[in-house]
Amino acid sequence: MVKAHSELMKRIQSGKFVFTGELEPLKTTDLSEVITEAKLLKGYVEACNVTDNPASNVTVSSLVAAYLIQKEAGIETVYQLRCSDRNRIALTSDLLGAAALGIKNILALTGDHTLLGDMPNAKPVFDLDSALLTGMIRRMVEEGKDLNGLDIKGPRPKFNIGVAANPNSNPIEPEIWKVIRKVENGADFVQTQVCFDIEKTIEFLRMFKIFEVPVLIGIFPMKSYGVAAQFDKFVPGVSVPKDLLTKFKQVKSKAKSKEERRKMYDKINLEFFTPFITELMKSGLSAGCHVMSVHYQEIVPKLFREMGLTKALIPEAVIPETVIPEAIIPVVS
Amino acid sequence: MEEIQRYLEPYANVIVVGCGTCSTAVQTGGEKQVMEMADRLRGKWFVTTTIVEAPCDERLSRRAWRKIQKQFLKEGKEIDALLVLGCGAGIQTLAEVADIPCIPGLNTHFLGKVERLGLYYERCRACGNCHLGETGGICPVTRCPKDLMNGPCGGMIDGKCEVGGYVRDCAWYLIWTRLRKFHRLDQFRKIRPPRQFGLEAYPRGIDAIPTHRLNRKTPVMGPAETEEYILKAIKDAKETKAQESSKISK
Repeated sequence: MVKAHSELMKRIQSGKFVFTGELEPLKTTDLSEVITEAKLLKGYVEACNVTDNPASNVTVSSLVAAYLIQKEAGIETVYQLRCSDRNRIALTSDLLGAAALGIKNILALTGDHTLLGDMPNAKPVFDLDSALLTGMIRRMVEEGKDLNGLDIKGPRPKFNIGVAANPNSNPIEPEIWKVIRKVENGADFVQTQVCFDIEKTIEFLRMFKIFEVPVLIGIFPMKSYGVAAQFDKFVPGVSVPKDLLTKFKQVKSKAKSKEERRKMYDKINLEFFTPFITELMKSGLSAGCHVMSVHYQEIVPKLFREMGLTKALIPEAVIPETVIPEAIIPVVS
Repeated sequence: MEEIQRYLEPYANVIVVGCGTCSTAVQTGGEKQVMEMADRLRGKWFVTTTIVEAPCDERLSRRAWRKIQKQFLKEGKEIDALLVLGCGAGIQTLAEVADIPCIPGLNTHFLGKVERLGLYYERCRACGNCHLGETGGICPVTRCPKDLMNGPCGGMIDGKCEVGGYVRDCAWYLIWTRLRKFHRLDQFRKIRPPRQFGLEAYPRGIDAIPTHRLNRKTPVMGPAETEEYILKAIKDAKETKAQESSKISK
């Protein structure tokens, strides 16, 4: 069994069905909003992913956001790191920084192509890919060495490495081979792309079972029809089921007031995802669920209530190992 | 040479294919080099040789491949693989035409240009470190917009690529289909190390006649000339600005 450095990994290894959340910092210098969102999730999820320039749209540094969320909201983070924007030098340097700031989980991603984002003329980097990035981090953690085998001074970084997978991929075979490569290179856990089809998901988990790597299945409760439609259209590799999309669309004409509309949206989400998660728990193949309710965190407590789950008991505030002098970190209130 | 032999390991009947155009001109894949290569491989492999006029031209490649097939069929021989002494574009064109493994015999460093006709596709980025031998004759460095070396990314949908709106084929999907066909999924599964960008540092060149380069003088600008040049540039800039502002005021 891999060594657990993070609370998330310890929880996964304890055999408990875990939940992780997802936070998306914006193109801003003020992180108070995302910290408030993080506080809403506290107690429900073991850790929160902090996205790194999602879909190649520029946002505030995910490392800084991850650190501040850990510090201010007292919730462990999964620092997402993409190969789209950094070469091996920048990746190593950011990872060392993350270790110094007490970050324990990394999600190693290839990242969307820069052409898909809001700065399409940027130079795409892709010096490494997610499999190689995983290998590089593994080497840092296990041997205390960088990609070229040169020593890292002082204590070795303590990370648990997550990787992404897409059970919706068609054909699935090359995708499975790809994830296997990441596992062979030292991934500790897998968080999947958004899944809607439970049968397809279970089939993927079955195929993947022999690798004995915990898999967290991604779900995406959608705040409104607009969010659902945009996701369906713009996110590569996933589509929202047609009947779910129609249900969302009908809300607009049916609901009279804003509150009523809110309630109806919540209801559709709860009705769809409660059986999904229950089925997932029953299958015993998945280590947990990754709830990507970006800017819609209020659904998470409701989902817990609906499923009859109690608030998870998570140890208070994650204390970073190295304490950074207060003066250089702006306090967000 | 070791690399070539490693690539050829699983095969018995090999055709060494030369390129009658550029590779002949630069003496890396002309008749002489093809014969040399064949001699070095004989003993361990059944080697035949041929020269394709221009392997990068699909029409010529197709014609040549048909001819080769016909000839071999007549003699009742089998062909397992092609060893191509041409550039990455030539190898990949042949790989598309011929339905058997195509192995690179050269490391392509850079390409000349072709100024003809209408349809051209980029097949070789001349990275100087050819992987075609283990990627089913399809180049991930060129055909994957992310230059991924270890399989498709999450942007592959139904075998198409996220870049450009799912019109182009995903390079790794093509590699997978091709390697599966040849029962070489072991090559697909292999973890490839990070790319060696040091080999691609540009500008590159071939110094076949070193004295020629040495004789060429680097242009030098004397200090007086430099100062004069800067002063003139400043004066010009001032004048243009003045002209522009007078235009605006008008």
